[in-house]
Amino acid sequence: MFDREQWAEIFESIGKNKMRAVLTGFAVFWGIFMLIILLGAGAGLRNGFSYNFRNTATNSIRLHGNETSKPWQGLPPNRIITLEEADIEALRHAIPGIQYISGQYRVWRGNSRLRYGKNTGSYNIRGIQPEHRHLQHQRIIAGRFINEVDQVQDRKVIVIAEDCRQELFKGEDPLHKWVSVNGIPFEVVGLYEFEAGGMERGSRSPVFIPLSAAQKVFNAKGLVDDITFSFADASIAGAKEAEQRAVHTLARRHNFDPTDERALWVNNNVENVGTVSSIFNGINAFLWFVGIGSLIAGIVGVSNIMLIVVKERTKELGIRKALGATPAKVVGQILMEAIFLTGMAGWAGLVLGVFLMEGIASVVPGSEFFRDPTIQIDVALWALLALIVSGALAGYIPARRAAAIRPIEALRYE
Amino acid sequence: MIVLKDIRKAYRTGANLLQVLKGIDLEITDGELVSIMGSSGSGKSTLLNIIGILDNYDSGEYRLDGMLIKGQTETESALLRSKYIGYVFQSFNLIGFKNALENVALPLYYQGVPRRKRNELALAMLERVGLKEWAHHLPNEMSGGQKQRVAIARALVADPKIVLADEPTGALDTRTSAEVMALLTEVNRDLGKTVLIVTHERDVAAATQRVIYLRDGVIENAHLDPKSLSTSMDGVRVTNKPAGDVRP
Repeated sequence: MFDREQWAEIFESIGKNKMRAVLTGFAVFWGIFMLIILLGAGAGLRNGFSYNFRNTATNSIRLHGNETSKPWQGLPPNRIITLEEADIEALRHAIPGIQYISGQYRVWRGNSRLRYGKNTGSYNIRGIQPEHRHLQHQRIIAGRFINEVDQVQDRKVIVIAEDCRQELFKGEDPLHKWVSVNGIPFEVVGLYEFEAGGMERGSRSPVFIPLSAAQKVFNAKGLVDDITFSFADASIAGAKEAEQRAVHTLARRHNFDPTDERALWVNNNVENVGTVSSIFNGINAFLWFVGIGSLIAGIVGVSNIMLIVVKERTKELGIRKALGATPAKVVGQILMEAIFLTGMAGWAGLVLGVFLMEGIASVVPGSEFFRDPTIQIDVALWALLALIVSGALAGYIPARRAAAIRPIEALRYE
Repeated sequence: MIVLKDIRKAYRTGANLLQVLKGIDLEITDGELVSIMGSSGSGKSTLLNIIGILDNYDSGEYRLDGMLIKGQTETESALLRSKYIGYVFQSFNLIGFKNALENVALPLYYQGVPRRKRNELALAMLERVGLKEWAHHLPNEMSGGQKQRVAIARALVADPKIVLADEPTGALDTRTSAEVMALLTEVNRDLGKTVLIVTHERDVAAATQRVIYLRDGVIENAHLDPKSLSTSMDGVRVTNKPAGDVRP
């Protein structure tokens, strides 16, 4: 393979037919170029999708109380199920492999007034537990998040985001200042990073207070709006299992039929991600199919040319065989030439395609549907592998033809 | 060295079966300088190709250095060729885009000789045929005689036991033919190679030790005395007689 003689001959053969080599190479170049473009577009779609999920733990399930649709043990349907604080601990014990769990209570079911000095703003107040931070991938910029002590001691503390800070505090440092939430003073202990995106796009940032304080101060009567938990086994089966356990636990505690799908509103992120992922896998497979298709057109071109090359070199190959070249040597020669031709042309296509996609990624702003359409290194390596395989395929038939040359006939051939 | 027993070979041309060799019995011992003569179509080239393991035969037995040559795979044949046989062709069959040195070194390449060693041996062989200064010239820059000498150097470079020459002077003028024959004689005498030349030129045949005369696929005379041929060729006397069939 790393034989100077062989390479010299490959260059010789290509050098003698530059135009032909360029035209043939172009087909392969175009094939791999299109493959990269298509895969880049696929990656862009997928990245846009993942971006929408970035703020939630993908191995999490969220449960809301809803309305029953089936009678159960003498109870009528159409009962409202409301989750309680006590359900949180029950779920924590019922689900094996649980990682984080947090209840959430939305104060006044909507926007509340926040005031600092003369500045006021309307915000969504959420009573949450410390583990909420891991479930929503909350990033703290300054100060800290709600912690266990806040929770246990029902501290009136609050964590706000940048937009809230600007509205209420202008240039001031908000930490350890007191803001009024619907007239009740809360101490600002932290600033978190809020990224509007997905369903929360355009809305204002929520502000967080401890669930215990929310219960006490705003008289929630031990109720929560939803409970979110994450678990170790992030497989579809593991998620199903966790969901089943959670539903059964709550069914027992709230007396409803565990098969009643309307009693709880369940948002299983693993399943969501799985469903959308499979759509994207389908799109990706289709893009590979189309890309490989155009690559095959290029390969057929190279194969065709190599057949002509073999035909032209029949006499020369015959001489070589008479001088002791084994069929394997002859096959190797033709195969290497085909692989070299496709390899070089394809490499050029690969580089240009990657550059183009990088260029697009840096110029076009990311959106929810399309962002960062760059090729992963492993995809590029797969494309490269596809190239080498295609080179070998392109060379295979001509090489077989070359190996079948009988020296005696080749020497007669003029 | 070469033992043929009842070798038969037929070519299929359409529906017809053309019997080219009809039972050849022949023995050539180590170190002989032999020519094969015969009219065109007498089967002499086919015979040479069989001996050179470039072609197979239908029936009979061919032993080269005691080894039965039959049923070898392509790869085995290639190895046997490179070990035992050096070829010289009428049309030289040098590779056009390789210079003299590279052409001569080619058989060594297929024997896996390292590059440096290869070029050393090839250059020594070119010197032997008197073309050392032409080592880096391409074939199309050389005369026919020079090309054939390069071809002879190539045939000899891998130190084969046998040199087979198919009409080696067919494309050369008489003077150059004489030079080439002188070289082949020298190869036989000084290097001790068995040399087998197919020719239809009596001048060429006359320069060998023994002439095998072939007619219609059978050997008519396996031990024709070259002196019985009407002309001789030693580089001094050159005849302008057209080459033709020899009828003993």
